[in-house]
Formats: sequence, C-alpha cells, structure tokens
Amino acid sequence: MTDPAHLTAPVVPARRPPHGAPGPLARLKATYFPTPLQGLLTVVLGALLVVLLARLADWAVVGAVWSPADPAACSADGAGACWAVVAEKHRVMFFGAFPYEEHWRAALACLLIIAAFVVSALPRCWSPHLAWLWIATLALALWLMLGGAGLAELSTSDWGGLPLTLLLSAGTVSLGLPLALVLALGRNSTMPAVRLICIGTIELFRGLPLLAVLFMASLILPLFLGEGVTVDKFVRALVGMVLFFGAYAAEIVRGGLQALPKGQYEAAMSLGLPYWPMMITVILPQALRIVVPALVNDIIRAFKNTSFVAVIGLFDFLGATKASLQDPLWVRHTLEAYLFIMAVYFAFCWAMSRYALWIERRIDTDRPSHAP
Amino acid sequence: MRRLLHNRRARSWIFQGLLVGGLLLVAVAAVHNARTALEARGIATGFDFLAAPAGFALSESVIAYDADASVGRAFLAGLANTLSVSLGAIVLATVLGVLVGLARLSRNRLLSGLAGLYVEVFRNTPQLIQIIFWYAVVIALPTIRNAVVLGGDIYISNRGLILPWLADPVAGTLVAGALSLGFIAAVVVLCLPGRHRWRGRAIAVALAVPLALLVLSIGLVGLSRPALQGFNFVGGVAVSPEFLALFLGLGLYIASFIAEIVRAGLASVDRGQIEAAVALGLPAGKVLFSVRIPQALRVIVPPAAAQYISLIKNSSLGVAIGYPELFNVSNSLASLTGQAIECVAIMGVLYLLTAMALSALANGYNRMTVITER
Repeated sequence: MTDPAHLTAPVVPARRPPHGAPGPLARLKATYFPTPLQGLLTVVLGALLVVLLARLADWAVVGAVWSPADPAACSADGAGACWAVVAEKHRVMFFGAFPYEEHWRAALACLLIIAAFVVSALPRCWSPHLAWLWIATLALALWLMLGGAGLAELSTSDWGGLPLTLLLSAGTVSLGLPLALVLALGRNSTMPAVRLICIGTIELFRGLPLLAVLFMASLILPLFLGEGVTVDKFVRALVGMVLFFGAYAAEIVRGGLQALPKGQYEAAMSLGLPYWPMMITVILPQALRIVVPALVNDIIRAFKNTSFVAVIGLFDFLGATKASLQDPLWVRHTLEAYLFIMAVYFAFCWAMSRYALWIERRIDTDRPSHAP
Repeated sequence: MRRLLHNRRARSWIFQGLLVGGLLLVAVAAVHNARTALEARGIATGFDFLAAPAGFALSESVIAYDADASVGRAFLAGLANTLSVSLGAIVLATVLGVLVGLARLSRNRLLSGLAGLYVEVFRNTPQLIQIIFWYAVVIALPTIRNAVVLGGDIYISNRGLILPWLADPVAGTLVAGALSLGFIAAVVVLCLPGRHRWRGRAIAVALAVPLALLVLSIGLVGLSRPALQGFNFVGGVAVSPEFLALFLGLGLYIASFIAEIVRAGLASVDRGQIEAAVALGLPAGKVLFSVRIPQALRVIVPPAAAQYISLIKNSSLGVAIGYPELFNVSNSLASLTGQAIECVAIMGVLYLLTAMALSALANGYNRMTVITER
C-alpha cells in the first residue's frame, strides 16, 4: 500500500503568525490589557485586590494569635485572627465526644472510607465488585467505631466530628445509590403500580427540604414504629439522608437511561435477554457511565448536606465545632473556627469537583465517534 | 398455577398486587402504632388545633401577627417569612450570579480569575456553615451605639441593618411588594421566548412603575430616617441579623451556582451564531443581547429554576440561627401542641406546593422553548 499523496508531499515551511509579536510580554498584554478600557479595569481591580490581600494578610497572618496558651491575647486590641481557638479545640472539632484514647480508631476509620472513595473513583476499578469493597470497608469502619472483638465497646452516641460526617456520607452514598437504581428503573417500569409508587416517592422527597425529611425521620418515624422499637439517632438521620439522596440520584440515573439510544434496548431484547440480564449486562453499565459526572456532583452535595444533621442534634463536624465553641473562654472567636472547618470541607469538595471535571472529559473521549 | 406463574402479564399483576398489599399493610400498622402512641400520651389528633391560639410570639413577621393569633395564622406568618427571605435571596442570587457568570467569560484574566475564585469558594463549602458564618459576622459587628455608617442614613451594627424607609408601614409593605414583583416581571419578560418588539419597553415599565410608586409614596407619606436615641434607633426600618444572615447565606451560595449555569449557557451558544452576528456588523451589545442571550436562556432557565426551588427549600436552615421561617415555626408549634404529625404534614404540603408551583412554571417555559426535532 502506498502512502496517500499528502503524506509524501514536501513539507511546506511554516508561515509567520498573522499579527502581534509572540512572547510573554505580548501574552500579558492580550490577557490583561487588550483594550484601554480593559486595561483600566485590570489596574483598578488589581489595586483593590492588593489592598484587600494586604488587609487580609494583616488579619490572618501578621496579627494572628497562634498559641492557645492565653485566650486573653486574642481579645487584645489590634489582635488579628485567633487561630489559637483551632489549636485548642481541634481534637473536639475533629472527633467530638469520642473517647480521647480511642481517637486513632476514628482516624483510621476516616482513612479507610476516604481510601474506598478513591478506589471507587478510578474508572479501571468500576465493576459490580465495588459493592464488596464497600461492604468490607463499612464493616471494618463500623468495627473500629463500635468496638468489640478486642476493642473497647462504644456506641453511636459517642460518635462525633469528621468520622461521623464521613460515615454518614459513606452510608448515604452506598445505600442511596442502590435505592436510586431501584427508583429509576421503577419509574420507567411498565407496571403501573410500581411506576406510581416510584414517582410518588421521588417527587415527595425532592419536593421537601432536606431538613424536613431529617426531622420526619428523627421525630415522626419513631411514632410509626410503635412502642418498644427504638432506632438509633444516627440510623434515623441516615434514613433521612438516604431517602433524600436516593430521590435526587434516581432522577440522574433516569436521565442516563433516557440518554441511551433506543437501539441498545431493542438489540438486547432481540437477543432474547430477559429484563434483569438486559439491564445488568447491557443498559446499566452504559447508562451509569454517562451520568458519573452528574452523580459525583450529587455526592458532593450530599457530603455538604451531611452538615444539616447538626440541626437535629447530631455532633457531626459542624455540630462538634459548634459544641466546642460553647466554651466561654473562646466563644468570641467563632469566626476563625468556622473558617477553618469551611477550609476542610472545601478541600474535600474541591477535590471531588476537580475529579468530576476530569472524568467528564475522559468519558467524552471514551465514547465511540458518531461517524459511520 | 404453574401456568399462571409462567405468564408474564399474570406474574406482573401478582407482583404489583403483593407490592401494593404489602405497602398498605405497613401503612395500616404505622397508623395504628402512631394512634396508640399518641393516645398513650394523651395527644389529640386532627386539624382542629389550627383555630386555637398559638400562644407564642415570633421575633419578626412580614404579615401582622401577635401572640393571640391562631395556629393557622402562625403557619401563614412562617410561610410569609420564608417567601420574603427567599424572594430577597433570589434577587441577590440572580443579579450577582449573572454578573459573576459574565465576568467568568471576560477576556480579562484577572476578572475571570476572581469570578472563578468566588464560584469555587462558595460552591464547595456547606450552605449551613455559610449561613452560620454570616450570622457570626453580623453578631461580631460593633454595638448599636458604635454602628457603622454605610452611607446615607444606612447603619449596620450587631443588631442588623437599619435604613430609612417609608414612614407608613402599610405603604412600606405595599411598595416593597411592588418592587419585588416588578423585578420578577422584568426577569420573566426577559426570559419570554420568541421575538417581541415590546420586550424592552415592557421591562422598562415593569421596573419604572414600582420605582415611580416609591418616589410618589415618599412624597405622600414621607421618609422616616433612623436616628440614635439612647440605646436604640428610632425610625427607619430594621433588618434583623437573622434575616440578614439567611439572606446573605442563601443568596451568595446560590449565586455561585447561577454563575456556573449562566457561564455554561452562554458558552453553549454555537460559535457560528456569534461569528455570523459579528460578520453582519452588529455592535457588541447587540450580539450579546439579541443573539447570544436569547439562545442561552433556553439552556439557562430550567437549571436556574431548580436552583431557586433549592433556595426556597433550604431557607429552612433559618432554624439554625433562629429566623422564624416556616420550618422553624412548624417545629415550635409541633413541640407546643404535641401534634407533630399534623404540623409536619402542613409544613410539608406548603413546601411541596411552593416547589411544585415554581417547577410547573419552569416546565411550561421548557415546553415553549424546546427545539422540535424532525
């Protein structure tokens, strides 16, 4: 086979770029001073930014008090940020009322859950076997957090801080996604009763505020369960989180099911596949792949929303921080503590949102081209 | 029997029958449990309590409300507070969101970078912490005697914002309502699909009429200016720290999402459309307003409506800082009357109706603008 003509033709020398000089100075001009008006904007914004940053640095770094030894130093005139409150209270903020000597267990549980999230995020690990990974991770984390079998026994009322937030997030996602699958498939079902029940569930929980759902799960649900049946406070909050997340995620999964070309369904059916084998081997793997970025965004929201449980009296990362700020010595320096936990939440959410962007681009390039 | 199980339709009906029967059984058991539990505690059931006096005061209310008012009235006051803070926050989120979204697309790297920073920071931290943070900021402001002057007769202190307002409270409420309705009408007209010669004029009228009403009312009933007397301000209108924190927390958070939606919407417009408009010699403003925005709105409106619904629902976070919105009021009533199930049901229905009304509007818009493919 001979090469097409255009591959063997002599190379045409590159022409000079049409206008403008290359180089860093020209790039700077193009991005910051393209027109006189834009240049003025850059100068004004830049000046404002410098002034603001200088004042911020003055408050947050130069005048800041770092040592928790002396709370009075924070209240002195002209004192900047009081990071000492974080240094003093970080154990309570991160672990709540968890017994001090057992903090290593909670920290280990956190690492396990984060590791499981990271493994689940890698496209090469995507398979139904991830369910086993999550069952193992959660079992191990629960053993670390609850004790027994060689560890001192603890109850969920001892839980607090970041471990509670992460456990709640992990529980919400790992129970909510299967619920979302069931609801989404049910909503597309040909059975009218199933369809109606699923639509009703989805619309109800999407129409209510998460706080109202949590409130129902924590105060109304026990009334319906009857005398003698008590459900753990953490589990009640988890039920509310799962239902809310499941309803939202169900709509995302439904979007994926609808985005799939009809030919996929028809091809699978013409091969004689019954409903479940068709769904599991043909439809769901493709539909879920499309909606991963949207699901990650929903998981970010669920992670942020776990902080709502602080309102119904659980000591999650926010709840534990609020509780630790009741200390009259530090009660005037709540802003710094809130800024600190915001930074921690930000680190988690920002990493996840970067991942969502990356995976979106990757899935786009994975898709076969539409050319015939 | 075996034949029945092998028949697909029969199997489907048996399965549905079992499912519905099972759910009914669970529901009956749940109702029975709740009834015995409530009887054991001597709590009445039913909705008669709505007419009974609520017996508790609200720290603030948009509609007239006092401690003698009925429970039903308390729910209405909570709903009115929810809607008023949500409306304010929606205006803030829309204006700021559009500005930040446009700024992100700016050629100026500094401006787009700052807009990007805003979006990342506000989108990636929990809304509840933001609300609590703003509340802590307002509470940490100087005391009322050292109130900061923001310009004119506007003061801000740890007791909230105090600004000059119409001397007559009824006129004040009416004008405030007219201003918000005018803003909403202007946005709705802007988003209406299709070509309308009267669009620009209609927007101008929607914004000008309430403003004229404001000027007229100032002339008629006069302006009450706040003045410091002893330990408090006299005159003007006060915005409580709770309202302020919730307004900022909801508005600034949702603005970051609106900014992303606006950016994505504007970016979704085909390049060829813009190049064609430029090639026709249209000025930059006309390219943006006559070509780019009308096509982007089709992509922007549905997700923006979803954000507004989310904002209204999450105004329930006001409970964390003590703003008397619907969820907060319903909680207080539930613990006061003991009729938690009824209170949650009423609150849930009110939120559902609000969310459904907004999503019906968005769906109608979507139907009008969807591109019908052959």
